[in-house]
Amino acid sequence: MDFNLALNLALPEAILAISSLLILVFGAFRGDKGMTSVSALCGAALIGAAFAAAFSHQGSAFSGSFIVDGVALFAKVAIYVAAVFVIVLGQGYFDRLGARRFEFPIIILLAALGMSMMVSAGDLIALYVGLELQSLALYVLAAFRRDDAKSSEAGLKYFVLGALSSGLLLYGASLIYGFAGSMNFHVIAETATTNLNVGLVFGLVFLICGLAFKVSAAPFHMWTPDVYEGAPTPVVAFAAGAPKFAAMVLFARVLQTGFEAQADQWRQVILVLSVLSFLVGGLGGLMQKDIKRLLAYSSIANMGYALLAVAAGLGGIPSLLMFFVLYMVDTLGLFSAQMSLSRKGEPVTRIDSLAGLSKTNMPLTIAITILALSVLGMPPFGGFWAKYFVFGAAISAGLWPFAAAGLVASVISAFYYLRIIKLMWFDASGGEMDKSPREAKWIAYAAAAFSFPVVIAFLIFVYPLAQTAAQGFGS
Amino acid sequence: MTIGLVHYLSVSAILFTIGTLGIFLNRRNVIIILMSIELILLAVNINFVAFSSYLHNVEGQIMAMFVLTVAAAEAAVGLAILVTFFRNRGDIAVDDASMMKG
Repeated sequence: MDFNLALNLALPEAILAISSLLILVFGAFRGDKGMTSVSALCGAALIGAAFAAAFSHQGSAFSGSFIVDGVALFAKVAIYVAAVFVIVLGQGYFDRLGARRFEFPIIILLAALGMSMMVSAGDLIALYVGLELQSLALYVLAAFRRDDAKSSEAGLKYFVLGALSSGLLLYGASLIYGFAGSMNFHVIAETATTNLNVGLVFGLVFLICGLAFKVSAAPFHMWTPDVYEGAPTPVVAFAAGAPKFAAMVLFARVLQTGFEAQADQWRQVILVLSVLSFLVGGLGGLMQKDIKRLLAYSSIANMGYALLAVAAGLGGIPSLLMFFVLYMVDTLGLFSAQMSLSRKGEPVTRIDSLAGLSKTNMPLTIAITILALSVLGMPPFGGFWAKYFVFGAAISAGLWPFAAAGLVASVISAFYYLRIIKLMWFDASGGEMDKSPREAKWIAYAAAAFSFPVVIAFLIFVYPLAQTAAQGFGS
Repeated sequence: MTIGLVHYLSVSAILFTIGTLGIFLNRRNVIIILMSIELILLAVNINFVAFSSYLHNVEGQIMAMFVLTVAAAEAAVGLAILVTFFRNRGDIAVDDASMMKG
């Protein structure tokens, strides 16, 4: 493989890596007052990388350790776009707190770089390096409000459990390497097909545990509510969507490429994780009083549905891509809506405080209602289509009992979404809200408008794209 | 007695278990958790290097280098987060990290 061609395939990553270093130097000279221009530059770098990914060739580079296929490119574009929105949200958020730090957009850039390494990983080294770049960036972001006790506690918990999960994953990787004799997923697949031994199985189990931690699938979900509650909201809006997309693509790639012959064995493990996730997410959310904790349980439940798409095998890949794009829009919208609410300068964190919002802030009430109905899976909103594709793929793969269990779980979780809607529309108001910050408000409106009606046009144009992208995945 | 692959794997498995238990059983100090994480990563490194020499394949040693680098970065980030935590709370006991529950 020609080195120039290899660099061409890695162009989005090269753009992100080089521009993050240059912008860091620029930011160091300008200081924190230059955060706006640093944010703009980071946004420009991400958009440039998104264009590079959208028009990139496909192929594999660096001796097969870097795979650029349709799924990787699709995921990269989605992740970069999400990162741009988060930079916009973060800029306003830290401005209002009076805690401008120019590092914030740069760390987002590095996290996006790690995620795009993850979705392109073709061997265990790329997998580990990408995963760690993403995780280390997110640990820092979770503790980013360093004068806030909750934020640093969230960062500490995220760090300790994240580092433990990296350790588990790495131990699994070392066993897989030792018993398969190679880091490359394709070579591992050959050994796994001809000579599956207990070392490989152990390694695979450790690897699955580590990745399940990263996507916060039950029973590895315990860090999620604490981190979501404590971390700054723009960070959570990012961490709830993009990293999980990247980790889920990685999950699918390791299982489909490296262990395709053992599909019947790992499918059982994934299905157990999936069912536990949507049950824990559905039931755990019922008792929550904090909006962000509630959304954490909602995201655990949604990871259960995404794992169902992974379990459906190759046929589930287009539905996985569609699921994550639609889910990322919903989470981004809900967290921006939470950011745009405050009362007497204090951010609104309790669900009860949403009572009577329709009397004081009608547009935002409508936006939150649409987004809540969408996450709940009410047709014709975006979230319904996400679940529709996933359940469809699961049923065609013969997993209909699990699809049925997923439907039951989403009916349970409907309770807490409907409760929010009831509080906003029918309960007595708890008083005037402050004026909503512009960017958060508009991102919430845009996400709601996307959930319906823009989603219809989106489905017509992007679903065929996702289907083409998924062709040749894992081969 | 010659020291073979199995011996290295056993040492590594024991270190890995000690590291994991260190995270869960330790109730006193967050620094000990950082040490346990380091122990886990070193156990993994022993695995990689032992396999690499056994298989006559250099990839394991390359991975060991990456793991060492990442472990250094991880320790730096972990300690930095620990410092902000200490400044806010004045203590780094594990039981203290319990503002958020539920």
